[in-house]
Amino acid sequence: MTLPFFGPHDDPGPSFAALLSGRGLDPADRMRDASGTVDTTHGTTVVAIRYADGVIMAGDRRATSGNLISHRSMEKVFPADRWSGVAIAGAAGPAMEMVKLFQLQLEHYEKVEGQSLSLDGKANQLSQMVRNNLPAAMQGLAVVPLFAGFDRRRNQGRLYQYDITGGRYEEGDYAATGSGSLHAGTVIKLGFRDGLDRDGGVDLAIQALFQAADDDSATGGPDPVRGIFPLVATITAEGFDLISEDDVRERFESLLVHLRSTSQIHGGSETAGGDR
Amino acid sequence: MSMPFYVAPEQVMKDRADYARKGIARGRSLCAVQYDEGILICAENSSATLRKVSEIYDRIAFGGVGKYNEFDQLRIAGVRHADLKGFSYSRQDVDARSLANSYANMLGQIFTHEMKPMEVEILVAEIGDQRAHDQLFHITYDGSVVDKDRYAVLGGDADAITERMEAAYTDDLDKQAALKACAEALGGPDRQIAPDHLEAAVLSRTNGRRTFQRLEADEIAELLS
Repeated sequence: MTLPFFGPHDDPGPSFAALLSGRGLDPADRMRDASGTVDTTHGTTVVAIRYADGVIMAGDRRATSGNLISHRSMEKVFPADRWSGVAIAGAAGPAMEMVKLFQLQLEHYEKVEGQSLSLDGKANQLSQMVRNNLPAAMQGLAVVPLFAGFDRRRNQGRLYQYDITGGRYEEGDYAATGSGSLHAGTVIKLGFRDGLDRDGGVDLAIQALFQAADDDSATGGPDPVRGIFPLVATITAEGFDLISEDDVRERFESLLVHLRSTSQIHGGSETAGGDR
Repeated sequence: MSMPFYVAPEQVMKDRADYARKGIARGRSLCAVQYDEGILICAENSSATLRKVSEIYDRIAFGGVGKYNEFDQLRIAGVRHADLKGFSYSRQDVDARSLANSYANMLGQIFTHEMKPMEVEILVAEIGDQRAHDQLFHITYDGSVVDKDRYAVLGGDADAITERMEAAYTDDLDKQAALKACAEALGGPDRQIAPDHLEAAVLSRTNGRRTFQRLEADEIAELLS
């Protein structure tokens, strides 16, 4: 590997994507002339909720291929850099590649320029990446991320939702994407209030994922047998922090106890109701 | 058609080396030293924005002396090299030795083939999982690479600074002692460098994945007081 040294005319600047493209390594380039549609592994529900100290991001762990479960412990919530996170829904392969490129792009910019991008700049970068994926999305490889971070200039948490064309929508309070997002979004919508504390926000995210999994077959619920639980992370002034698995497990257990004791899960048939 | 005068190759190389050395000697020096948690790099630099010490990758740092635009070009090439390599292979495959060799190739090439050599000396430092695996590579304008142990000094005044570092160095330096040793070696017996004219950064084993950390001006002042 020779040292990538450029003259003033062909310098790619702080863009890692331009650098990759110049070297023929850009994954988007390889997708461009593929045709037909493919059916591949998909990941599902992820949510983001603003709370008093920043933003909470959470995602289930299931990946599906058609009607089969292909992976039970997929991670869909990632740190993008120290103060921001990205959560993905859609085709798993391109999504993970996008996250990897996005993380590298933020770090690359920071190192080349000597300072990190603004939160808006980061969100815009991701928007361009989703936009570049549009040809692949038309073939069934859509990637729809959520982006959230702590804006250190404004001193508050902010979150962004995307569509497959790269459209970027800043949301004030919460966002959900993926196949179970309708259910998860409704749960958050009903439970959200301004200035939620950390416990309230995390429990709301967990409840939203539980309800999404209850009604959407492509979303994975808590799996106590294997000990697999959704990933939940907080992003605050201190940075991106993944909540420990034990903590998430305990919260799920108390949610189940609560649902059972208050008979809040409806929709079963009469006989399944047991001694109700 | 006019014939150029014959100049002996020895003379050409000597002239180029003198030219590069003169350019480097105009700037201020830099030194790097191993301490208990990793490697500390300290440079005399009156600018708070035009940096001589920077991050290349998770465990690798860069230091440059001489002409700013030239070593900054090299720094950016190093960041690109490392990020491309980490993207194509894996983060753990990015190492200082390979980067130092690439730098050496390039500087050697420029020294012999271009109109003018680069007026720079650079340092590539990498911390290992323990002190014995730390690496310091000193690369000069003509592409020579030297693998340093314990400490490295770059710049026009290197001989005198090396002498002072040799006297100050011990195997049990902590961050504060390492910074003091560097600041005193860079300054010398009759000159004390003001803290705001020093730039310092560490590669520390306590920092997680990205081990590089700049010491801010107030932290430098506090450590030196």
